[in-house]
Amino acid sequence: MLDIQNLKVVFGTGRLRVEAVKNVSFHVEQGAAYGLVGESGSGKSTVLRAICGLAPITGGRVTVNGEAVTSPRSKAFYRTVQMVFQDPYASLHPRHTVDSTLSEPLAIHGEKDAESRILQALREVGLGPSFRFRYPHQLSGGQRQRIAIARALILRPKVLLLDEPTSALDASVQAEILNLLDDLRRRLGLTYILVSHDLAVVAHLCERLLVMQHGEAVEETTAAALRSGAASNEYTQSLIQASQGFTRAAPQPAQAPAA
Amino acid sequence: MTKPLLDVEDLRVRFHLRTGTVEAVRGVSFQLGRERLGIVGESGSGKSQTGRAILGLTPPPGEVTAKRLAFDGIDLQKASKRTLRDLRGGRISMVMQDPKYSLNPVMTIGEQIIEAYQAHRKASKAEARDRALAMLEAVKMRDPTRVFSLYPHEVSGGMGQRAMIAMMLVTDPDLLIADEPTSALDVTVSMEVLRILDELVTERGMGLIFISHDLKLVSSFCDRVLVMYAGRVVEELEAKNLRDAQHPYTQGLMRCLPTLADDVRPLPTLNRDPAWAL
Amino acid sequence: MAGAPPFPQPSGLQAWLLSAEPNSRWQARLGRGYLGWRSFTKNPLAVLGLAIVILLVLVAAFADFIAPYSPIVGGDLRTERLLPPSETYWLGTDDQARDIFSRIIYGSRITLFVVILVSIIATPVGLLVGTVSGYLGGWVDTVLMRITDIFLAFPRLVLALAFVAALGPGIENAVIAIAITSWPPYARIARAETLMIRNSDFIAAVKLQGASTPRIIMGHVVPLCVSSLIVRVTLDMAGIILTAAGLGFLGLGAQPPMPEWGAMVATGRNYLIDQWWVAAMPGIAIFVVSLGFNLLGDGLRDVLDPKAAK
Repeated sequence: MLDIQNLKVVFGTGRLRVEAVKNVSFHVEQGAAYGLVGESGSGKSTVLRAICGLAPITGGRVTVNGEAVTSPRSKAFYRTVQMVFQDPYASLHPRHTVDSTLSEPLAIHGEKDAESRILQALREVGLGPSFRFRYPHQLSGGQRQRIAIARALILRPKVLLLDEPTSALDASVQAEILNLLDDLRRRLGLTYILVSHDLAVVAHLCERLLVMQHGEAVEETTAAALRSGAASNEYTQSLIQASQGFTRAAPQPAQAPAA
Repeated sequence: MTKPLLDVEDLRVRFHLRTGTVEAVRGVSFQLGRERLGIVGESGSGKSQTGRAILGLTPPPGEVTAKRLAFDGIDLQKASKRTLRDLRGGRISMVMQDPKYSLNPVMTIGEQIIEAYQAHRKASKAEARDRALAMLEAVKMRDPTRVFSLYPHEVSGGMGQRAMIAMMLVTDPDLLIADEPTSALDVTVSMEVLRILDELVTERGMGLIFISHDLKLVSSFCDRVLVMYAGRVVEELEAKNLRDAQHPYTQGLMRCLPTLADDVRPLPTLNRDPAWAL
Repeated sequence: MAGAPPFPQPSGLQAWLLSAEPNSRWQARLGRGYLGWRSFTKNPLAVLGLAIVILLVLVAAFADFIAPYSPIVGGDLRTERLLPPSETYWLGTDDQARDIFSRIIYGSRITLFVVILVSIIATPVGLLVGTVSGYLGGWVDTVLMRITDIFLAFPRLVLALAFVAALGPGIENAVIAIAITSWPPYARIARAETLMIRNSDFIAAVKLQGASTPRIIMGHVVPLCVSSLIVRVTLDMAGIILTAAGLGFLGLGAQPPMPEWGAMVATGRNYLIDQWWVAAMPGIAIFVVSLGFNLLGDGLRDVLDPKAAK
C-alpha cells in the first residue's frame, strides 16, 4: 500500500541545513498498522509530513498504492491519504462549527449529499448529531480529536497518518480514542501509520514498528517482539525500560545526548 | 509522627467567573512530612491548583480558603506578604512543567541561579557564584562553567529542566513542589531528570510534592499518592499498595493505559460515575 | 457575590441562544453573536460609543425630518447673520445666516459618507494584500510588503493634499486620497495575523484535504484576520474623520456650500473671538463622533480580539 525507499528530508541550506530524515525505508501492507517510535528530534513526524506533502522530499521515493507521489500532491492523493494531528486544540479552526469543518472536504472534492455524510461521519466516531453545530471551544479534548478523525475519514481514505493522536489527551480519553481507532481500522479496512513517543501505544495499535533516532532508522521490529522484550538494539531497550516507569536502583540508562 | 512539614486542611480554590463560580479545589486535606508525596489526576482535577494555592500563586480571580494551611508551624493564610515572599523560593520551591516558560530568556542560567540565591541568602557575588556552580554540578551538568554562561534557549529541554531544578534547590528549601516536571521531556531524558531529583530530595531530606497525570510514574517515584478527581481527593494510598486501590476511579486510571506487558483489546475505559464528584 | 449571572431569569429565547447543542447553523451563529453582545454590553463606555455611532447613522438618515432649516440657503443676511444660540436657532447662525444646527445635521451625511467609503475601499485592499503576502511568503511577500512600505512612508495629509491638488478639490477625491493612505497599516496587521495562522495545524489540515490556495486564504485565513481589522478600522475612524475635516478646513475637501464639518470650522475661525459658536459647534460634533468611534473600537476589541479576550 505504502512504500518508502531511502527517504531523505533536508530543511534549510548552508549553515541552517538540517538533515531531519536520513535514508529511511519501510513498507506497509494494505490494512496493516505501522508504528514510528522515537523521541523528539528523531524525525518520526517529519517522515509523516513528507508523505503527505507538508515537508519536502529531498531524496528517495514515496509510493502510495503503487504510484510515486507527485509534488504538489494530486487531489486523488488526498482522497487516499489523510492525517490526524497531535493537538486537537490546534487542528480545528476556532471559528468553524463542526458542521463547516466536516463539510469543507466534501465541498473541495465536489461530493454530494453532504448532509447524510456528515451525520454518518459523526456516528462513526461515536458522536451524535447534537454535536453538529458546536464550535471547538464547546468540545472537550477527546471530542475534538473525534471530530478531527471524522474529518480525516469523511473522504473515505485508505491510509490514515496519525501524528501522536493521543499524547495531548488524558489517559482515560486516550483509551477511548485508541479503541475507536482500533475499531475503525477493522471496520473500514484502513491502513495506519502511527507516530508516537509512547511504546505502549504503538505496540497496542500496530503490528510492526520502526524505532528512529536522530533521523535514522534504528531498528525495525514487531509489537510481539517488543512485548517479549526481544529488542536487539540498545536504544530500543532503553526506551522499553523507560516506559516501565521510574526505577530506583536501576543502572544508568543509555545517555541521551543533550543537544 | 513528628510535627508535619506541611499541614493542609479543607483547602478550597474558587474562581469567580462571569458565568458563575467554579470550585477548582473542593476541600483537600493532607499532611506532609519529609517524604515524597504524589498528587495524581487528570486535567481539571485541581491537582495543579492545589500546588499553586500552597505557594500562594493562585491566578486572579481565584480565591483560596482553608481551615488550616500551615508550613512548619507558620500559618500561610495569616502570614504577611514579606514572610510569604521569604518562604517562597527560600524554604518552599516550585518546579514547573516547561523550562521554556519558567526561565528568563534574557538572563544566563548562571545569573538566574545567583539571583535566586541572593534573593534569600545574604551572600557575596563570589560566594553565590560558587553555590550556583556547585548546584549545576549537583544536577549532573557535564560542564557546569559552560552551562553557567548559557542562555535558556541555548540548552535542550532536559538541561533546561535540570537548570530549573538547580535554581529551585540552591536555597536548600525544605519543601519542593514539582508540577509535571518531566512531561515536556522525552522519556529517557525524563528518567534522568527524575533520578537527579530523587537523589537531591533524599540527600537533603526535603519534602516533595510531585504533581502529575501519570499514575504509573508517580507510584514508582513517590512514597504516598493522593488521587484527585473533580477537585477532591478520592483516594490516598501508599505507592507500593497501588494495586490494591479501592476507588473505581483509581482502578480505572490504572487499567486504561495500554502496557507492553499484556495486550488487552479493547482497552477498558472509564465510566465516570457522577457520584465520584459529589 | 461576583459572578452572578447578569440576567436573573433566563428566558426561553436566551436558553435557545446559549444552547450547548445548537440545532442549526443559524442558531450556532446567533448564539455566538449573542455571547459577544453580552460581553460588549458589559462595558458601558463601549455601549455609549455604539449609541453615538447609531445616533450618527439615524441623524444622517433622517436629516430631512430633523433639520428645521435648509443647510444651504441662508436667512436674511441683514438680520440673521451670526446670531448666538437661541430658541429659533438652537446652535446659532453662521456668516451666511444659515442655521448651524441644520448644517451639522446634514453634515453628518458627509461624515458618514467619508467614513463608509474609506472603510470599504481600504479594508478589503489591506486585508487582501496582507493575507496573500503573509500566506504565500517568498517573493510575493517581499514585493507586496515593499509596496506597502512605500505607501506607509508618505505622510497621510501631505499625500492627500498632493492627490487633491492633482485631481482637483472635492469630497470624492478626498475620500480616495484618504483611502490610499490608510490601507497599509491594515495590510501589516493582516500579514502579522496570517503569519501566526499559516503554520497552524488547522491550516495544514485543510491543505491535506486538497484545498486550493485561494480557498484557504478566503475561507480559513481571512475570517481570523477580519476581527482584529474591524477593531483597527473602527479605531481609525476618528483619524479618518479628522483628516477629512482637515482637508475641508484647508478648502481641499468638500466645497462650499456643502455643510462639511471641517469646512464649517474653517469659516468659523474668522469669528472665533466674538462668535465662538460658529466654529465651536461643528468642532464639538467632530469631537463627539470621533470619541464615539474610539469607544466603540475599544469595546469591539474586548469582544473580538481573541488575544485580549479572557
